[in-house]
Amino acid sequence: MPGSAQVLPKMYRTRMSTYWWLGRWPYLKFILRELSSVFVAWFVIMTLLQIDALRRGPADYMEFQEWLRNPVVIALNIISFFFVIFHAVTWFNLAPKAMAIRAGGKRVPAVLIAGPNYIAWVAISAAVAWLLLRG
Amino acid sequence: MADTITLEVTRYHPGRDKEPGLQTYGVPLRKEWVILDALNYVKDRLDGSLTFRWSCRMGVCGSCGMMVNGEPKLTCATFLSDYAPGPVRVEPMKNFPILRDLVVDPSDFLVKLTKSKPWLIRKEERPLAEGEYLQTPEQLDTYKQFSMCINCMLCYAACPVYGLDPLFSGPAAIALAQRYNMDSRDQGADERMDILSQHDGIWGCTFVGDCTEVCPKNVDPAGAIQQYKLTATREWVKSFLMPWQGK
Repeated sequence: MPGSAQVLPKMYRTRMSTYWWLGRWPYLKFILRELSSVFVAWFVIMTLLQIDALRRGPADYMEFQEWLRNPVVIALNIISFFFVIFHAVTWFNLAPKAMAIRAGGKRVPAVLIAGPNYIAWVAISAAVAWLLLRG
Repeated sequence: MADTITLEVTRYHPGRDKEPGLQTYGVPLRKEWVILDALNYVKDRLDGSLTFRWSCRMGVCGSCGMMVNGEPKLTCATFLSDYAPGPVRVEPMKNFPILRDLVVDPSDFLVKLTKSKPWLIRKEERPLAEGEYLQTPEQLDTYKQFSMCINCMLCYAACPVYGLDPLFSGPAAIALAQRYNMDSRDQGADERMDILSQHDGIWGCTFVGDCTEVCPKNVDPAGAIQQYKLTATREWVKSFLMPWQGK
């Protein structure tokens, strides 16, 4: 089969702009979702630093807490918090897309696959909050 | 409602123009008209040289896909009045080479579609005397959604991965492979997996998800690809843990 280039007139090929992701909300949402991994990594690093400070003793832990009170760190952590929530929500919403489970001759509704993820998320978060904040 | 609406339509003549440009036309704004009606009005009354594809004008043939105000749409199923007071920009589908005006070259898609083997593969055909391959309604239901694809290529126009990496198999070709993988009569899943588990196949997809959003038939190609990834991973783990099983 001859390729179309051999039988058709000269075609115009468009190139995607570097800023293609700014053109449409679904694209921007995708880029923000991918970017959210950086903030997830930031939370992981911060937790590791926190554990390390805890290991090194009370003085170091006080210093770490002081560093957390820095307005720049607070601002960064607020932004990171929203990105991490966005990351989790998009991940849980992906689960029913990827898992086509069938029961009783029908596909299990998306809410029954995503739902337990959300419930586990809230329950585990509540358990961790209880452990940390009980005084 | 105003009497007329302005269409901004891409014009490109391969022998004459260096690059595509926009031409504006004033068309009647009628409540029952879709974008395709407006284009046909231009063709019949204003400018016979305007070139575009269409056939069934009822959302079945998949010929009239274009970008309407930057969104991939079947122009036969997109009402003009939804864009009032206008102007409405009608452009050829993104990510494909433009042949002329609103007509793009689908060759690349057709090659990819063939590669994913969207037909029933039997390792051994039963003799005709044994009758049809029967299927229960439940078995039909597992793949029916993916079988609704009309090859309109709107998902390719929506897919930035395809736009950036033309080697990517793309949404519809993978969804149609999955349609046959899930068919109880088919035995070709291994053959398709060899092709589509390559980097340019399912793993090229970064799950932007816009293919599913723009699909006029609710095929959910993004879902098909993620399900395929899960199957491929399962197969890989199985072959790793139980290498003696083979294929």
